[in-house]
Amino acid sequence: MTTAVIDSAQTPQQQPEETNYLNAEHGLLSWLFTVDHKRIAILYLISVTILFFVGGVFALLLRLELLTPQGDLFTSDTYNKLFTLHGVVMIFFFLIPAVPAVMGNFVLPLQLGARDLAFPKINLLSWYLYIIGAVMGVAVMLLGGVDTGWTFYTPFSTTYSNTWVVPTVLAGFVAGFSSILTGLNFLVTIHKMRAPGLTWFRLPLMVWALYGTSLIQLLATPVLGIALLLLAVERVWHVGIFNPALGGDPILFQHLFWFYSHPAVYIMILPAMGVISEVIAAFSRRKIFGYKFVAFSSLAISFLGFLIWAHHMFVAGISVYSAMVFSFLTMFVAVPSAIKTFNWTSTLYKGSVSYEAPMLYALGFIGMFLIGGLTGLFLATLGIDMHVHDTYFVVAHFHYVMVGSVIMAYFAGLHYWWPKMTGRMYPEWWARLAALLVFVGFNLTFFPQFLLGYLGMPRRYHAYVPEFQVLNVMSTAGATVLGAGYLLPLCYFIWSLKFGPKAPANPWGASGLEWHTPSPPTTFNFEETPTVTWEAYDERAWAREADKNV
Amino acid sequence: MSEHAVNAHHPALRHHFDDLKQQHAAGTLGMWFFLVTEILFFGPLFFTYALFRSGSLDPSFHQAFIAASHHQNIKLGLTNTIVLIASSLTVALGVYFAQTNKKKALVWMLVLTLICGATFLVIKGIEYNEHFEHHLFPGDNFHWEGAPELARGAQMFYILYFCMTGLHALHMVIGIGIFVYILMRAMRNDFSPDYYVPVEVSGLYWHFVDIVWIFLFPMLYLIDPASKH
Amino acid sequence: MSDQAYEKEDFSHHVTSQGTYFAIFAALMVLTALTVWVAFQDFGAMNVPIAFAIAAVKATIVILFFMHVIHSPKLTGVILIGSIVFLGILFVLTFSDYLTRLWSMV
Repeated sequence: MTTAVIDSAQTPQQQPEETNYLNAEHGLLSWLFTVDHKRIAILYLISVTILFFVGGVFALLLRLELLTPQGDLFTSDTYNKLFTLHGVVMIFFFLIPAVPAVMGNFVLPLQLGARDLAFPKINLLSWYLYIIGAVMGVAVMLLGGVDTGWTFYTPFSTTYSNTWVVPTVLAGFVAGFSSILTGLNFLVTIHKMRAPGLTWFRLPLMVWALYGTSLIQLLATPVLGIALLLLAVERVWHVGIFNPALGGDPILFQHLFWFYSHPAVYIMILPAMGVISEVIAAFSRRKIFGYKFVAFSSLAISFLGFLIWAHHMFVAGISVYSAMVFSFLTMFVAVPSAIKTFNWTSTLYKGSVSYEAPMLYALGFIGMFLIGGLTGLFLATLGIDMHVHDTYFVVAHFHYVMVGSVIMAYFAGLHYWWPKMTGRMYPEWWARLAALLVFVGFNLTFFPQFLLGYLGMPRRYHAYVPEFQVLNVMSTAGATVLGAGYLLPLCYFIWSLKFGPKAPANPWGASGLEWHTPSPPTTFNFEETPTVTWEAYDERAWAREADKNV
Repeated sequence: MSEHAVNAHHPALRHHFDDLKQQHAAGTLGMWFFLVTEILFFGPLFFTYALFRSGSLDPSFHQAFIAASHHQNIKLGLTNTIVLIASSLTVALGVYFAQTNKKKALVWMLVLTLICGATFLVIKGIEYNEHFEHHLFPGDNFHWEGAPELARGAQMFYILYFCMTGLHALHMVIGIGIFVYILMRAMRNDFSPDYYVPVEVSGLYWHFVDIVWIFLFPMLYLIDPASKH
Repeated sequence: MSDQAYEKEDFSHHVTSQGTYFAIFAALMVLTALTVWVAFQDFGAMNVPIAFAIAAVKATIVILFFMHVIHSPKLTGVILIGSIVFLGILFVLTFSDYLTRLWSMV
């Protein structure tokens, strides 16, 4: 029996429930001890969603304080804890895992024609490590928080802070291990478990993106691990390599920290770019323009991202000669990013474009990534960075890439693969409304921050001069709209689980082996391992395959 | 076709793999990728050592590192180096015996490996004890009896010494745990020429830990020992 | 019909002989003795590079023979060299800061 194609939406009552990965086994334990990559992806989905809203609450509290110039809602110490926890939660517990661990976990084996990842039990371990790290993080919040900033700079973190630094860095360490194991799993799977005929250049660009991401996870995260461990050692035993009184160097911490944390931003953006490639191809009904350029650009971004970390340290006290070298190198990473952007827009040109929610998010991504990426070049320019470092200009830049780009891509992917993951269609009208709210809310929140930063408002301050209030009020207003835009999908996605129309195997007419399986797939994905004889994004070949099944 | 039949019914074959060859290839590749993370985990410590020893930050540290290393027990360090390299030999031979279906010899090699590993840790413990007694453990009890201007550098040497050898020793303990598990499975006759990938990948891990020590030994024990006295 | 795209076949079941293993062990013992001997000589500034080189040779033969890299697929070698390259990036670029901090401003 070949893959069953369930065509057109059917009401829940008419179709008998087929066995799929969701209903194959029942009970909480079958979920907690699963080794099915699809179930693990759902576990991650639930976890990162919870942590996302926790991080979002911190953001709203920050924006509430910033409605008025005075520091009247929170003390400065509390404010420090709020932005620290916002950063720690959003970066380590949402942005780093979200696209790879939710979408990558679900979709990678399907796109490769495999029955699971290479190491299913290690996959489950990855999730448990994530949960342990998250629980430790939440415990820190309940115990009173940490105020060092998510960057944990020494000597404040090692010597002067009176908050729960060690549990927080240990939570980051554990979460980092989760990230490493996921990357390792993906790399081995991509190398060793591709279906017959699936040569490297027939792979979906999502796979190339996940490959580049996994390389970074593998190579960079251990450096953060040792940096955090050394920080903990120094804090606990008061001796260490970052203490100038002992002949150490606090900047050494920053070098080791940013050696990871800069490539980390490419862990966030690369899989997001992979999603965008899939969505743009699907909703323009064209193969991606310049496939090889896009594929290699993922690897280029991975590599170049390792050469540029000290652009975060231009004013920290590093040698100005070194700063010049890092500034120069940083410019290069814009090139592969730009290549992708040009290729996506070229794909749209003369494509048969439709504007379902995933496409709306993808289009938003292109615009926001343009702004975020270009402002990154401003910051890479040594002279400009002297002026805007540690101001809201930087905050605006990284939110444009992390929220305006990564989170938009995350939502694009969530909507795109929702039918496959759950077997249900989400309500399109509400999804488009949410996309609009997110777009408007996001820009209203963060564009004013470019202006604020340029005008001199420092980041991580709970008070500011009165001249900045108008822009701050705009930003907070935007944040509420953005929050609404994020809450909507939570509501309608949950609604769709019970009331959404049943999804066919390929609701979008997209290419990719994941669309050859039922929605949702069975536990082992493919009855027979498919043999791939067509090129990537070759719509016509898929149509011919589909016809054979009817 | 018969190889296929053997593989298809082999109790060790995981359902998501097509055959044992694929499983073996995936397992070894996975362990190599894991060793990459270990290289990048130990690496920054080696960097920090190089940074301080070079004197780029504090010029007195160059001499201080030499002076501090004179308190290292070269005989014990050399013994440990030999013991660890011998354990790499026994691990490699273990893989050989697994590949050639000599199950008893495999068990013996694993036992010898564990003995070597335990010996290493005992000697390390003796060294650490000596350091404590000579007030060379960094912190409040650190007391440098050499030239006072080298005290800061000497303490930094020992901060790095304990961090690096401590992390290494932790990896040894984990390695011993892994090999106890492998030994138990070997005694249960789990391994055969068709299926020995757990022995192989555990061996890879163990060799890596050995290689770290191969670098640590000259770095920590042999910095200009002739200049002592 | 199906071109085997995935590299299932490239794992080598090569059995290294006991003789080879013992020979490598002997070489490692000789190199260890050499390490100690060299440390007690005065080669001036060359002491450090020589010590590092000997350790590198030891590591290389452990990798090639005990870890079977010499009979492993090329990918293994690429992975190994790659990780050392990235460690090298950490070393070189970070040292570029420390070594130039005291340079005078032009």
